[in-house]
Amino acid sequence: MPAAAVGGGGWRPSRRAALFGGLCLCCLPSLSRSAEAFAMDEVGPGVFVRRGPDAEATAENNDAIANIGFIVGTEGVLVTESGGSLADGRWLRAEIRKRTDKPIRYVVLSHVHPDHCFGAAAFAEDRPVFVGHRDLRGALDARGAFYRTRLVEILGEERTGTVVYPTLEVRDEAEIDLGGRKLRFTAHGVAHTNCDLSMLDTGSGLLFPADLLFVGRVPSLDGSLIGWLKEIERLKGMGASRAVPGHGPTSVELAAGLADLGRYLSRLRDETRKAIAADLPIDKAVSTVAGDERGNWSLFDLYNGRNVTQAYKELEWE
Amino acid sequence: MKPFALALALSLSAGAISAGAAHAAGASDTDEERAARWREIQTSIFGDRKVETTDALIKVDAPVRAMDAALVPITLTMPEKDRIAAVHLIIDDNPSPYAAQVTFGPAADPGELKLRVRVNNYTNVHAVAETKDGKLFETTKFVKASGGCSAPMGMSDEEAMKGMGDMRLKFAGEPQGGKPMEATLMIRHPNFSGMQMNQLTREYTPARYIQRVEVSYGAKNVLTLTGDISISSNPVINFAFLPEGKGPIRVVASDNQNGRWEQSFDAPSPSN
Repeated sequence: MPAAAVGGGGWRPSRRAALFGGLCLCCLPSLSRSAEAFAMDEVGPGVFVRRGPDAEATAENNDAIANIGFIVGTEGVLVTESGGSLADGRWLRAEIRKRTDKPIRYVVLSHVHPDHCFGAAAFAEDRPVFVGHRDLRGALDARGAFYRTRLVEILGEERTGTVVYPTLEVRDEAEIDLGGRKLRFTAHGVAHTNCDLSMLDTGSGLLFPADLLFVGRVPSLDGSLIGWLKEIERLKGMGASRAVPGHGPTSVELAAGLADLGRYLSRLRDETRKAIAADLPIDKAVSTVAGDERGNWSLFDLYNGRNVTQAYKELEWE
Repeated sequence: MKPFALALALSLSAGAISAGAAHAAGASDTDEERAARWREIQTSIFGDRKVETTDALIKVDAPVRAMDAALVPITLTMPEKDRIAAVHLIIDDNPSPYAAQVTFGPAADPGELKLRVRVNNYTNVHAVAETKDGKLFETTKFVKASGGCSAPMGMSDEEAMKGMGDMRLKFAGEPQGGKPMEATLMIRHPNFSGMQMNQLTREYTPARYIQRVEVSYGAKNVLTLTGDISISSNPVINFAFLPEGKGPIRVVASDNQNGRWEQSFDAPSPSN
């Protein structure tokens, strides 16, 4: 795909936003202000990724905060991550259609978090296979409605979308042939969440660890701290040198990204254990544990205390 | 008192489930609306008894903005501890506001108590101290959090119920004659709020929560906690007791579905 076309697709709306933005920002539909202002990076042959900004879901950003994208094979298209809302998913679908007419055969639901799976409903008309971890269904059972309610509060009913369940559930490993390239899936143990699915693209050699890898944005712990550290070791041995993280730049050196993540999580583990051993209660631990990491991550103050709470809950029963 | 709280839980949570009623009482309420709600709750729990405002007899400490609405650490401090017979914790805008009542026995040191609670909305948290001469004193703190009661557990119900009733008791420091000792009681229990939904069945996991915890040291009562759905899953209570004698510390916990668990712990006692 020529780079000029990629750039052109993203540029026009953002210039329009710039022209009108200063005059009457409030009158512009938020859809054109947010999602369309993004550009797609071609991070490997036939691999397109949009960088999600390091932000929380807001009415203005359509929850378009994760790195989402697609891979084009000779037989069809695979969506690597669907987006954070129906609006975000629709935007992604339009980006795909600017570049290829091939059928959208697969949509990956990398884990249960809303910024990764609420775009799925935008692809319903393509009747794709929705690929997810064996435990994604149960996680969506427990949380889907809750997430939807919260997202509707922020975005409104129309832009939110429905909960979409996986139709291909990966027990341990699975492989898909997209024509000229294969995608290898791995269902991980409880780590970032209890249903993290990673994917390796043989066409580009890129690993898609989804939110098992955060780069720059502070990781959020919602599964198991000990489990996540274990899965980091597994990711190191998957034969990839570059990866598309769930949050952060559109592609990174895998080893360097995992090293930073591992350092943060190890510090979280060690200092939480110390706090528990010293009878430091949870309300004190949240403001001290892993404090030395503050300068290394964006949104640190929003998530670190929450991570300490999670870690404390997990480790106090050790 | 307790039957009221349960009745309130049922009526209000049914409303919350229907259509964003929980949202109606929320961040934008005026001080007058909040005061009116507190008066209503206060009358329901304490009847005609006078509840005076205090900044001496009880203090409540909680994060202004909760990091995890399903686990908000609360610290109650009672500086004039010898006067305290019981404390009550009320989370005004929770579907079942009366979160906990703790009565102290002769083996208690009621200077400080820590609990972890769910907060469902921007709310006033009221702590009420009941003195040994039967008077009531309240203090309040505003907490910003939302969704704590309906937040899913992050695991299946079966998984959340694993090891239900397991307990641990940890002690801080070494016992010294005549000095109170801090203890942390941990109980494995999902404390299902009844507001956590299963999307597939479209049904709410029925409320199942720790209703009563009795802690004794030897033959003496340390404390009795009456709990509700606002207590976080895997309840943890920090308290202090007077290690005068040999113990043991006995904990009896029961929930609203006839679950009952009992465990004895070797209690530290002053060796000389």
